[in-house]
Amino acid sequence: MGALSRAEAQERAPQPVTIDLAEVGVRALNAELHAPTATSYEVLHPHGAHSIAAGVHDEIDVGVRGHAGYFCAGMNQRGRVVVDGSAGNGVAENMMSGSVRVRGDASQAAGATGRGGLLVVEGRASMRCGISMKGIDIVVGGDIGAMGAFMAQAGRLVVCGDAGDALGDSIYEARLYVRGRTGTLGADCVEKPVRDEHLAELRELLTAAGLDHDPAEFRRFGSARGLYHFTGDHGSY
Amino acid sequence: MKDPAERGLRESATFDRATIAAIQHAARTGVYDIRGWGAKRAVPHFDDLLVLGASMSRYPLEGYRERCDTDVVLGDRHATRPLHLDIPVTIAGMSFGALSAQAKEALGRGASEVGTSTTTGDGGMTDEERGESKTLVYQLLPSRYGMDPDHLRAADAIEIVLGQGAKPGGGGMLLGQKISDRVAEMRTLPPGIDQRSACRHPDWTGPDDLTIKIGELREITDWEKPIYVKVGATRTYYDVKLAVAAGADVVVVDGMQGGTAATQEVFIEHVGIPILAAIPQAAQALRELGVHRKVQLIVSGGIRTGADVAKAMALGADAVAIGTAALIALGDNDPKYAEEYEALGSGAGYYDDFQDGRDPAGITTQDPELAARLDPVEAGHRLANYLRVLTMEAQTLARACGKAHVRHLEPEDLVALTVESAAMARVPLAGTSWIPGAGR
Ligand SMILES: Cc1cc2nc3c(=O)[nH]c(=O)nc-3n(C[C@H](O)[C@H](O)[C@H](O)COP(=O)(O)O)c2cc1C
Repeated sequence: MGALSRAEAQERAPQPVTIDLAEVGVRALNAELHAPTATSYEVLHPHGAHSIAAGVHDEIDVGVRGHAGYFCAGMNQRGRVVVDGSAGNGVAENMMSGSVRVRGDASQAAGATGRGGLLVVEGRASMRCGISMKGIDIVVGGDIGAMGAFMAQAGRLVVCGDAGDALGDSIYEARLYVRGRTGTLGADCVEKPVRDEHLAELRELLTAAGLDHDPAEFRRFGSARGLYHFTGDHGSY
Repeated sequence: MKDPAERGLRESATFDRATIAAIQHAARTGVYDIRGWGAKRAVPHFDDLLVLGASMSRYPLEGYRERCDTDVVLGDRHATRPLHLDIPVTIAGMSFGALSAQAKEALGRGASEVGTSTTTGDGGMTDEERGESKTLVYQLLPSRYGMDPDHLRAADAIEIVLGQGAKPGGGGMLLGQKISDRVAEMRTLPPGIDQRSACRHPDWTGPDDLTIKIGELREITDWEKPIYVKVGATRTYYDVKLAVAAGADVVVVDGMQGGTAATQEVFIEHVGIPILAAIPQAAQALRELGVHRKVQLIVSGGIRTGADVAKAMALGADAVAIGTAALIALGDNDPKYAEEYEALGSGAGYYDDFQDGRDPAGITTQDPELAARLDPVEAGHRLANYLRVLTMEAQTLARACGKAHVRHLEPEDLVALTVESAAMARVPLAGTSWIPGAGR
């Protein structure tokens, strides 16, 4: 399920409830979002506050009008969160379901350990994007920094720009797609053939993210599964 | 064969038989030893301290009669729902995966019977343990296996694990034999692989980030739950100061003797400091910050008796946690399985191959037949009995020192038997007023 476009969101909830972080704190905001009295919210003047919309567990829309700090939409369940700005460290960390869209850039550890849902970063994402991911789908419009998908266990990471060094280090079963250049690949991460089923899932993910790249432009990376059993051979267990 | 010593043979202190066997094993296999349990070498420990009972200058309380309370409140610094435990002995985090579901359930039952808490582990929360644990602490570890916000909200407290005494600086291991389908699913891993969990948290680095992470966890759980920070004992003075600065409600310090489910032997025996050396550092850090007894200190690593509990508390802990001893109470290393332990190349009293998944006692295994040997109800009772004994022993010593609460024990009630333990525990060598290193 894709993140709603702004027009769709407005149609669904014509009058979002406005919460102004210049007037109340993040605690008051999250207390409302955890026991919502409306289905749609607009957060004004976020000014990089941390933990905005962390722990949402209902099917609500939250629009953050500006930059968010660390852990925005952390552990999201079912919520649809859109950040009209950039997001700090750990946006949508451990997301379970729902969707998070960052219209600007995302800092380190975007989507870390996420177990479900869709994270879209329209701009670039910094280091450790998708670290330890466990089933989340992440689509990044631009580049990602080094150590992307470190120890990634499951889910899919789509990078429409370049990927930094040590991509997919110690990766398990997550699938990585990169359209641009890649730096070094991390331990046990290898390029793999792109088959029809991969083109199909890429198309689905790009559509959900609202991007119209040709899936044929992407390369696929995943685990060589050479570190799955401890032996003395590779000296790294 | 006659006893080698009787034949005048001399064993090398440097190359003793265990060392020789380890070299032979390395030469044969090319892999290092991974095992469970904790450090097996002797290090300065609570046995090196003695309690000064009351006499002329102190007034004792009557054993069994006069009141000597044992309850403890944990996490009342920031959380709106702190924990109230009846006894100051808690069950340490041990993962489902390392332990069978039956063992986890038994730990919950035993702890609940005597009004204390138990803890999840590196593998998420099972229904069995949540169901049977009146008070359950939920761990947030670097691996984040099975991390679920619903479980955060269902927990009574949250423990952020930075490390363990058995392996400070190292991540967890779980070998393929123990990755059953259920364990694999909970951890989102392929069944049967040798799994190593991360040694660093994925989404924060350093104490400033930790402050923000704790803020996020408080937000997600609406500031209800106490938040613990657990560290392996190394640079304890600094770690405790940083944990408090980051906003921890409770700090957990695990000494080098602390148990593990599976770690490299070299790590278990050579990294970290004994709990005896760590407690005074932790207490000093808390005192200097003016939060001793306000941010509670839980210590672990080799706690076996009520004397250990009393001494740990006298040195400044608010409560202790037990791992290995709790498993023994459930039935680990039971002589009734002596033959089976021997068939596995070990023996009752020596068994430490928790990584192997073939535990005859059904505790450190995922094999359904072996696990079914452990009756969670009976094992839970045994643990409850043991916890009662620990508590009564600690009370006995506290009363002898004239304390109406075990927490009132203080360093002044202790002396040391050895120069090393005097220096580490910062109490005088028995019969002297000498605390080596004091004043520096
Ligand atoms: C079988 C086993 C599994 C453990 N699993 C974990 C774990 O998942 N997370 C953790 O923080 N510590 C784990 N520990 C360490 C304990 O929480 C605790 O720090 C240690 O056992 C205390 O020392 P003691 O065993 O001497 O009592 C484990 C210990 C054992 C024996």
